[in-house]
Amino acid sequence: MNLFLGRNGKQNGSPPAGPPAVIEMQGIRKVYDTGAIQVEALRGVDLRVEPREFVAIVGPSGSGKSTLLNLVGCLDTPTDGSYLLDGEEVRDLGIDELADIRNRKVGFVFQSFNLLPQISAYENVEMPLLFKGAGARERRERVELLFEQVGLADRMRHKPTELSGGQMQRVAVARALACDPALILADEPTGNLDTSSGQDVMGLFESLSAQGRTIVLITHDHALARRCRRIVRFQDGRIVEDRPSVEAA
Amino acid sequence: MPRLGLIWKLFRRAAHIQRKRMAMTVAAIAWGTLSIVLLLSFGEGLKRSFTRGSRGLGEGIVVVWPGSTSRAFEGFPEGRSLSFTPADVELLRLSAPDLLAASSEMIRWGNNIAYGRKTFSKPVKGVDPDYGALRNQVPEPGGRFLNERDEREKRRVVFLGDGVKQELFGDAEAVGEAILVNQAPFLVVGVMEPKIQMGNYSGRDKDHVLMPLSTFRAITGQQRLSNFVVKAPTTARTSALKRQLFEILGGRHRFHPDDERALGIWDTVETQKVTTNIAFGIEIFLGIIGALTLLIGGIGVANIMYAVVKHRTREIGVQMAMGARRSYVLGPLVAESLTLTGFGGAIGVGAGVALVELLAVVQSKSNNDALQFLGAPTFSAGVALTTVLLLGGIGFLAGWFPARRAVSIHPAEALRYE
Repeated sequence: MNLFLGRNGKQNGSPPAGPPAVIEMQGIRKVYDTGAIQVEALRGVDLRVEPREFVAIVGPSGSGKSTLLNLVGCLDTPTDGSYLLDGEEVRDLGIDELADIRNRKVGFVFQSFNLLPQISAYENVEMPLLFKGAGARERRERVELLFEQVGLADRMRHKPTELSGGQMQRVAVARALACDPALILADEPTGNLDTSSGQDVMGLFESLSAQGRTIVLITHDHALARRCRRIVRFQDGRIVEDRPSVEAA
Repeated sequence: MPRLGLIWKLFRRAAHIQRKRMAMTVAAIAWGTLSIVLLLSFGEGLKRSFTRGSRGLGEGIVVVWPGSTSRAFEGFPEGRSLSFTPADVELLRLSAPDLLAASSEMIRWGNNIAYGRKTFSKPVKGVDPDYGALRNQVPEPGGRFLNERDEREKRRVVFLGDGVKQELFGDAEAVGEAILVNQAPFLVVGVMEPKIQMGNYSGRDKDHVLMPLSTFRAITGQQRLSNFVVKAPTTARTSALKRQLFEILGGRHRFHPDDERALGIWDTVETQKVTTNIAFGIEIFLGIIGALTLLIGGIGVANIMYAVVKHRTREIGVQMAMGARRSYVLGPLVAESLTLTGFGGAIGVGAGVALVELLAVVQSKSNNDALQFLGAPTFSAGVALTTVLLLGGIGFLAGWFPARRAVSIHPAEALRYE
């Protein structure tokens, strides 16, 4: 197993060939300072994800995978280390610049969907495009296309509360795709869904991967992880295993 | 700028979603503004009415009654009653340096006043021409006060209080008409303009019939003054004038200039000071009530805004995860507080002005004394503006700080917020 760690480490050291890696992390540390105690959530993580990869990040709770998701998604900044997202160094960016990066390069899918309940599904998907500054026509065409892709064209005027869990998560996927990001980040996307809806959503991710999307999925469901093409295992703030998925391979 | 457009769009969306809450906030600001505008308008009206009322008797005048001596002086015993004649007033005119104007005043009660078939019993006063100006008895347009010629020629003319005129003539014209005073015909030369009179001696001016002092004396044969009225050029010199009254009249009537009981004195300047203080007190009182009302309103608005933004911390996190810049969160909030304040303030001020105007109309058509005394509530634009800005400012700050915090922390933290 450690073989894969080593291979990964070597990859990080070598210059990228062709397009830049979507994620290139080196020596990432994250320390939470709660005043009284300091918690080191990540203890030197090197991770490289190439375009079109479909990666599962697994590990027990408290292993640091959610912290990693926050850092990868630029929702938080590392204490130490360097991070290139789609070729851009994000370490020293300000709050608004990070917001722009998230808008352009990352699409989030959360376990609890995080759709805004008061506005329609359509408006939820439109939101990142508004922040991007897209024109009215571009927004409409893009949102309608996305709803067709996720198979909810007939539900887009509904409020999130009027949709089933599976439908809500599909709306969230559409929202994640709105600005055509370099990376889709999904945090336990099936965690709040029943088995069949979970299968649906996972199928959606698989088809997105097949279309060439780069996807990083955080889960503790091993069955789900096996459907990805690469599995990175976390424990105690470190990567302890990094290998291709047997099933997918 | 596209960003301003975006902020406006986000605000409109939020406003549409939160119609009820925004309506509540608008109502809170409107109500607060209305309460304070009304409160202070009434306060201002009452104060003006108070001030006007206290001036109704006359501004800065001193009313003097003859008293009795309280100490023996130059061979005369104490307890001697004094009486004055028009000659005493004439002497004061000649020799008191701080005297601006003076008028003798004689009164006789229970006179038969008749016009046509109406007869009333009214007090009649004989006064000097300066009395009108001293006692703030302004003739209504078309009439005049008693003048020097009336006095010199002992003319049979009268100046009527507006109450007497109303009783005798109703709404008909009185000037130029003849009335009977104790069966003798008198020409009405003027009618007093209605006024608010808070203080009085020998009854309210509206119920009096005034005639030249010379005429009064000729008819009644009365020699002694009931009292007289004097005024100094400025209120600052009133004390000096009072001193001179004691010295000059004391010299003539042989009482000690320090014998305070010799003259009964009503110094309206002193009264006016008290009145001013009371009015000031009322104003402070209303100001405090206003400030407390404002505080309660402010807390209400602040509560709504604070709760809303706190409640939306997670949503703010979601928006920021989607790439919202800080201004996309804070901008709509600023627009919101401006709009709420604008609407709420406009409604509050509008309703306040409307109510004040309405009351003015009701008041002008009513004869209710209490309503008259309440005075016309006077709208103050400054107060209204201050109120609106304060309420809006409080609401804005209450929303601004939690929102500011929510956009300043990492979205990861805001997303964890429950």
